[in-house]
Amino acid sequence: MNRRHTFVLAACLFLAGTSLFLYKARTLGLPLDGAQETEVWTMEAHVSFHRDSVGAAKAHLRIPENPFGYRIANENFVSRGYGLTVDERTTGRQALWAVRKVAGEQSLYYRLSVYADPTRKGSLPKPTFPKVPELEEPYYSAMMDLTSHVREQSADILTFTSALLRRLNDPTPEENVSLLRAEARTPMQRSKLAVTLLAGARIPAEIVQCVQLGEDRRTAEVLPILAVHNGDDWIYFDPQTGELGFPPNLFPWAWGSKPLIDVSGGRGDMVEFSVVRSLQPTMEIAQERAASLGSKIPEFSLLALPLRTQSVYGVIVMIPLGALLVVLLRNFIGIRTVGTFMPVLIAIAFRETQLLGGLMFFTLIIMVGLGIRAYLEHLRLLLVPRLASVLTVVVILMTLVSIASHRMGVDTGLSVALFPMVILTMMIERMSVTWEELGARDAITEGMGTMMTAVLIYLVMGVAVIRHVLFVFPELLLLILAATLLAGRYTGFRLTEYRRFKAMAAEQ
Amino acid sequence: MSLLPDLKSPGVMGINSRNGNYIMRYNPRRLFPLVDDKLISKDLAVQNGLPVPELYGVIRMLHDIRKFDQIVESKEDFVLKPVHGSGGNGIMVIGGRSRDRYRTTTGKIVTRDEIAHHMENTLGGQFSLGGQPDQVLVEYRVKFDPVFDHVSYLGVPDIRIIVFKGVPVMAMIRLPTRSSDGKANLHMGGVGAGIDIRTGITTNAVVGTSPMHEHPDTGSPVVGLKIPHWDDMLEIASRCYEITGLGYLGVDLVLDAALGPLILEMNARPGLNIQIANAAGLLPRLHFLEALELDGMSVPDRIALGKEATNRDPREIARMAVA
Ligand SMILES: Nc1ncnc2c1ncn2[C@@H]1O[C@H](COP(=O)(O)OP(=O)(O)O)[C@@H](O)[C@H]1O
Ligand SMILES: [Mg+2]
Repeated sequence: MNRRHTFVLAACLFLAGTSLFLYKARTLGLPLDGAQETEVWTMEAHVSFHRDSVGAAKAHLRIPENPFGYRIANENFVSRGYGLTVDERTTGRQALWAVRKVAGEQSLYYRLSVYADPTRKGSLPKPTFPKVPELEEPYYSAMMDLTSHVREQSADILTFTSALLRRLNDPTPEENVSLLRAEARTPMQRSKLAVTLLAGARIPAEIVQCVQLGEDRRTAEVLPILAVHNGDDWIYFDPQTGELGFPPNLFPWAWGSKPLIDVSGGRGDMVEFSVVRSLQPTMEIAQERAASLGSKIPEFSLLALPLRTQSVYGVIVMIPLGALLVVLLRNFIGIRTVGTFMPVLIAIAFRETQLLGGLMFFTLIIMVGLGIRAYLEHLRLLLVPRLASVLTVVVILMTLVSIASHRMGVDTGLSVALFPMVILTMMIERMSVTWEELGARDAITEGMGTMMTAVLIYLVMGVAVIRHVLFVFPELLLLILAATLLAGRYTGFRLTEYRRFKAMAAEQ
Repeated sequence: MSLLPDLKSPGVMGINSRNGNYIMRYNPRRLFPLVDDKLISKDLAVQNGLPVPELYGVIRMLHDIRKFDQIVESKEDFVLKPVHGSGGNGIMVIGGRSRDRYRTTTGKIVTRDEIAHHMENTLGGQFSLGGQPDQVLVEYRVKFDPVFDHVSYLGVPDIRIIVFKGVPVMAMIRLPTRSSDGKANLHMGGVGAGIDIRTGITTNAVVGTSPMHEHPDTGSPVVGLKIPHWDDMLEIASRCYEITGLGYLGVDLVLDAALGPLILEMNARPGLNIQIANAAGLLPRLHFLEALELDGMSVPDRIALGKEATNRDPREIARMAVA
């Protein structure tokens, strides 16, 4: 009954902890590695044109709105005396620069930083069911002829599109194809042709104008990708190769074949793209993102606390893990320690004194402290005054060691804080009680067990990933609790008992 | 798994199993003070007519220390004991005196002042669990029956019986040695000899965890000893369950030359070394008893069951199969 209860409780804690953890890690993208960085692409669109005489000028630039597969980290405009409005239309966002009086070479910039986010669906336009285009002869017949051929050799929209693209890109084209593609030389024109031909088969298709991403591109190309609607979803094709799927190194800048730039009052207008890749801490990005998703998690996380409090909690959330380790070492291995959670406290104290220095320092002071306590025993002091005397002696010792090591120039950063001192006194008192009750051997065994356990906990607490994960995902404490509960039901042998009862073991 | 010794088939009980499956299940926490507080347990035993060393007096606070002389005025020998002590700590056994000088049974001479200091420390909690303030009880010094003299060095043997729901399931006698400093505690180097519940005869002995047959100091055999008053001891042990209600209990008895068996103390968390002394695991016997309905059973029936449970040892079963 109790057993089942424990298992059910542990399972519930496990589920609760894991699901919150998975939500934060998967959906919000909080990283498991604090040092992890995310690739951020900063794209710059440079709009340039020329105005011969002084007068008004206007430039429209189509800019990304809700790019699928990416999330916008930030954007900004360099306008130089132009008035700027950002126009959010149903056909996509536009930046509109306008100026009343200007002449000569004009340069305007739009800068955008994005990072990949596969969960982003973006806002894709609804497909419109196309009419069969009214082409002149002989193009109309060529189109109908070609589409009916392709249709015969395909089963559905996907296979139809790839068969059509294959024929359109055939190096030794059939007659219809050479006629149709005679005028379409650039990739953009080829894509437009594909859209027209697909419309001939009454298949909704659209062009996505994409910026090519790369390590460091001074001039990034704009490439068209063909989007075809299969009735449920948009599927993507490379119009030049017929390859299916949206290429990973392309950023979907704008839907439709409409030119990205439209300038009135100027000439020689063009837009050039450049791309810079950089790395930013995933943690920051994920938090911004979580906030932009409307999640309350960032507000209710430890990261929302003041920095000083955060650093304290960074230690506090490690304590349950240390306690679990103590449970495992004591109840599964059978290591004996002075006091139950003394090792956890010592491990925390090591954080302030550094491991090696702390270990030597602690051992020294405990040994001297035990000696002093044994001597005070002779003076027949009562318990509490005796404890207070030991504490005083520990303080004096620590002072001496600090001053001496500083004088000798071995200032190993032995920062002695208040906390370790109290722990030392407690440890000395407990050990001396054990010493009296069970003898020196037991006291030393326990002392060493405590130090070993403390070192292990200290090392585990020092693993950056564990610290980061517990701090960012404190819900994992529920998992630790679940594990501790289960460990509490362990009634099997401790490892050391195999030695203790060795004489009783059955022959194997 | 086969890398580790097989402790399962002899039915050895480990600490986790003792704590989780027996102490937590059969010993309700609220009953612990009945045995952890030696005054309460003494009182309980006296009320129920069970034999204990007579209580001479209690020192409850520093102020009471002056009453000490009055308490021991007419006593030639006595024992000072922390009420919440354990493991033999803080116990002072005084065997004789000449004015304000006292002689312990180990031969040490202590002054009246030293005794007072010892009592102060005890009151301050030096020997109690967690260092809580404690009291000192002064009681009758047991005059140990000389039957064990040839197997004890200086100190006195005591007999530990594990009682499960009133059924005595396992027993041993702890014999002091030179290295255990006259104390009968096993881990201090004392000898532990397992006693057959059915006969009251020692069957097996260990020092620490290693088997042995002769007492390391006296050289007398420690196996094959017949414990006097064995049936009385079993009965006392079984009745300790009734007065405390603790289902898993260790009862420590001593044999007084004049008074016979006396209860020295009871323990709600008895140790596991008794298994090593008996070269037998506790679990087969406990599992046998757990399958039975024991409530409302009389003391003689429980004792009979305890003897029956001994036959559940894998070793015994094997022996009977051969016969
Ligand atoms: N009344 C007594 N007379 C003689 N010896 C005693 C007496 N009480 C205790 N002792 C000695 O002290 C040891 C421990 O006593 P016990 O009552 O079991 O205390 P603890 O709880 O500390 O084990 C006994 O094994 C015995 O040797
Ligand atoms: Mg005892």
